[in-house]
Amino acid sequence: MTHYGTKGRIFNIQRFSIHDGPGIRTIVFFKGCFMRCAWCCNPESQSYEIQTLVENGKEKIVGKDVTVEEILPEILADQTYYRRSGGGVTLSGGEILGQPEFARDLLRACKECGLHTAVESTANAPFEKIEMILPYLDLYLMDIKHMDSAKHKEFTGAGNERILANARGIAESGVQLIIRTPVVPGFNDTPEEIKAIAKFAATLPGVREHHLLPYHRLGQDKYAGLGRNYALKGVEPPEKERMEYLLSVAEESGLRCQIGG
Amino acid sequence: MENIKFVIEKSARIDKLVNDLYEKMPEIESARGLLVTESYKATEALPIISRRRAAFAHILRNIPIVIRDNELIVGSATVAPRGCQVFPEYSYEWLEAEFDTVATRAADPFYISEKTKEQLRGAYPYWKGKTNSDLAKSLMAPEAYEAFVTHGMFTPGNYFYNGIGHVNVNYEKVLQKGYRGIMAEAQAALNKLDVADPEYAQRTNFLNAVIESCEAVVEYARRYAVLAREKAKKEKCPIRKAELEKIALNCMHVPEFPAADFHEACQSFWFVQLLLQIESSGHSISPGRFDQYMYPYYKKDIEAGKITQEQAQELIDCIWVKLNDINKVRDAGSADGFAGYGMFQNLIVGGQNIHGLDATNDLSYMCLEAAMHVPLPQPSISVRVWNGTPQDFMLKAAALTRLGTGLPAYYNDEVIIPSIMSRGLTLEDARDYCIIGCVEPQKGSKTDGWHDAAFFNMCRPLELVFSRGVDKGVQIGPDTGDVTQMKTFEEFFEAYKTQQRYFIKLLVNANNAIDVAHATRCPLPFQSCMVDDCIGRGKSLQEGGAIYNFTGPQGFGIANNTDGLLAIKKLVFEDKSVSMEEMRAALNANFGYGIKGAAAERITGEIAYQLAQQGIEIDENVVRTIHEEVTTAGGIESSKKARYQEIKRLIDETCPKYGNDIYEADMFAREVANSYTKEVEKYKNPRGGIFQAGLYPVSANVPLGAQTGATPDGRLAYTPVADGIGPASGRDVKGPTATANSVARLEQDVASNGTLLNQKFHPSALAGLSGLTKFVALIRSYFDQKGMHMQFNVVTRETLLDAQKNPEKYKTLVVRVAGYSALFTTLSRSLQDDIINRTQQGF
Repeated sequence: MTHYGTKGRIFNIQRFSIHDGPGIRTIVFFKGCFMRCAWCCNPESQSYEIQTLVENGKEKIVGKDVTVEEILPEILADQTYYRRSGGGVTLSGGEILGQPEFARDLLRACKECGLHTAVESTANAPFEKIEMILPYLDLYLMDIKHMDSAKHKEFTGAGNERILANARGIAESGVQLIIRTPVVPGFNDTPEEIKAIAKFAATLPGVREHHLLPYHRLGQDKYAGLGRNYALKGVEPPEKERMEYLLSVAEESGLRCQIGG
Repeated sequence: MENIKFVIEKSARIDKLVNDLYEKMPEIESARGLLVTESYKATEALPIISRRRAAFAHILRNIPIVIRDNELIVGSATVAPRGCQVFPEYSYEWLEAEFDTVATRAADPFYISEKTKEQLRGAYPYWKGKTNSDLAKSLMAPEAYEAFVTHGMFTPGNYFYNGIGHVNVNYEKVLQKGYRGIMAEAQAALNKLDVADPEYAQRTNFLNAVIESCEAVVEYARRYAVLAREKAKKEKCPIRKAELEKIALNCMHVPEFPAADFHEACQSFWFVQLLLQIESSGHSISPGRFDQYMYPYYKKDIEAGKITQEQAQELIDCIWVKLNDINKVRDAGSADGFAGYGMFQNLIVGGQNIHGLDATNDLSYMCLEAAMHVPLPQPSISVRVWNGTPQDFMLKAAALTRLGTGLPAYYNDEVIIPSIMSRGLTLEDARDYCIIGCVEPQKGSKTDGWHDAAFFNMCRPLELVFSRGVDKGVQIGPDTGDVTQMKTFEEFFEAYKTQQRYFIKLLVNANNAIDVAHATRCPLPFQSCMVDDCIGRGKSLQEGGAIYNFTGPQGFGIANNTDGLLAIKKLVFEDKSVSMEEMRAALNANFGYGIKGAAAERITGEIAYQLAQQGIEIDENVVRTIHEEVTTAGGIESSKKARYQEIKRLIDETCPKYGNDIYEADMFAREVANSYTKEVEKYKNPRGGIFQAGLYPVSANVPLGAQTGATPDGRLAYTPVADGIGPASGRDVKGPTATANSVARLEQDVASNGTLLNQKFHPSALAGLSGLTKFVALIRSYFDQKGMHMQFNVVTRETLLDAQKNPEKYKTLVVRVAGYSALFTTLSRSLQDDIINRTQQGF
């Protein structure tokens, strides 16, 4: 069996994605995540198990086992758009590091087809797993959500020590790394908290960009569809002025900062 | 972040002009109708070309003229802003019948005063039996006329009732030589004529008609000069006084003589544009490559320091406003099809020059800026795109798209140039194409394109396969056999093609009859003098004076037919899960669903009428019962109803759909499209040209859909048919790239009369430089794959819903309909719903 036969579990492939890396991209969403962020807009991504989600009154099976070979044609279908826009493929999740062999082999197959490759990941896994994918990766979009480990754990279910260490490891590997922070009111939306993250990001070798992603509620209904409670009920998305203020704070780090991906 | 070029401040004058223009409902005026009648009565002994010239001159000498407040470019067809004149020589009965409803109808209402009604009623009897449409009707084969009027298989109604329009004349020639120069050219042709030439008489008449029409135009401009001077005398404000004096000078000088400066060029352009629409009622009088022929005047004035960029922009903006001052009343049925007071004056910027080099210039950008300053439906602004189009120009266009007026439309040079060359244009002419009306390419100033010759609803022949060619109890098409006896899908598809072939033939007959009628009754000497080679050949455009002659009827319904035929192939012939008999029954029963809206009223009426014919007494209760059965499908027994609904579910959920980047489905759509386009191109027209198909519906997919029963793609009866060459409404679930990939698989270059792909976007997709850049990349990627045209509605669903509820708040909300932009609140409710429901491309 070659790497084209490697199996993985995904829950969606989304074409014409314009907020997840450069250009027009296709995103492959991996199923299963190590963390449980309270604001997660894809709660159906968290469990590795294949689930039933109720959407608009209709049941929908979430999760599908596929091979690299099976999904590659859909990724390649938008090659023209990648070429014109400088886009490519982004693996997202869930956490792609939950399925490192599949991530590696899918990225490898995409590279063999000449595509630009990116991942969206929290890097909360043993560094050996990250090292598996780096040879086939052009861009690592990495979340750093908070510098305070206790608070990080309270809101995501995990501390941040390994994440911060891995960030340095990835940066030192020479792969392009962009740090992203979901700005969630009540969790990390103070200037001090954002500043701390930006300051840390600026110390990572080669890192030049920090993106602030405003919290949104678009995934809220899916919690009910899974029979779960939405912990952030009543939390309003940050206002535009607030985001712009936080942006200016982040920019003090000397990094190129932007709102949105 | 964004650095969009040519952001120029809008002059305060522009908003004032726009507000004045939209203050009142547009009004129908009688002046032209009365003057043309008077003139025709006095010229009965003359040949038709001379009568046309005499009528044109009589109108221009006597029609009321007006200079509106704050105008810098003058000339209006009506005293009332956005008013319209009438053209009884083409047809009149429909308007007379609608005198009392035209002000209150849903689509495109017009105010008409009692006095105007009375005046027109006095003039109309003269025209009985004498109109263009009377003649066209008498020239048509009876079965073609029936297929069109009674059975709605196709509708050539536009040219049947109105002028042709759909032309781009040689504005450049008027700017450079003036009408004095054109008169001299006609005189030279006259002088050269050999008295023994067998066509001496016709040519002489035509050339004289040209000269006298041009003379009348010169006089008309002078009337404006006099009026401007009078107004200047009375004007107290010194600034306005100076403006009026300049207007007076302009109108004394142009369009008679070559334009001396940019302001004169703008005024000269405007007289041409206006007068073409007074001579005839044809719409889609398209300015074409405005940025090219106006540029020398702009450049000269800017370099000489005679004008600033802001002043030039203000003049262009004024033209934009004036283009919305022209209006046209259509019959209620056509108003649905061309909804939104569409005039389709298509103005195109960018693209290549005749040498194949990029021709984008300052004015290309400033025209886009004008469309931002004046967010109104006219002109339909188009952008030519090729590999050499500057990226900052594309970004400027994308920034205009983001405003949500549906403008501009994007056209692909790399497809259109070879496509029209395959129809016989030279390389240089093909490179110099412009767009007419909605989406139709032509080489301006050399073509009589007859671009909007008819709508052909491709779903109807499919219906007739099931009914063996019978519609409303009459055998109107060939008997293609009992569908339940068909052994293979190929046999079924062949029956469809047989039906379609037959009706295309009838369509050709109808179009050619109308064509002959226009040449016989409504040749247009003024329009003809600005299209090559009418003067050289000594005959009008309508008689075949143009170098390139086409007839372009457009088909639509590709998506419904593709999905429907694929469903029959899969369910009936492959899976055998639905029998053909069940499919036919399900279609006849609208899949067991009730019929909604206006269609329910109509069907109820039809059933009641049939029952009454059978001698059954019809009272209010009977009507109520019928209506209830129609709206709830109550007449169908419940087990059958459940089965029919199950069949629709199987179609909806298990059959492949065009528009989702499924290779096999898309390739079949290509075959379906070609079954129309490659059949149409076999035919010839009376002007010595050929037929060439388009694939776009304007907005006829809604009214013609309302005449089409349920279709095997799961589309319910009387709902809109798919628009353009895009997927059926709501059937594309994989986003804009998948849709564009699918649509690009059609052989679009064969549809050389134009194709149309509508996409709908949420404004957030175009946010920031990054959004604009990705949007541009999307267009370019579609074009890389040989897409011909693409246009966008960028407006939120919420906005549209709110506009339905509170139309008064959204008087100037413009949306892209189909090949043109229209005021949302003037569209009929069903078309509004269609626009709202068109899949919003999600991400």
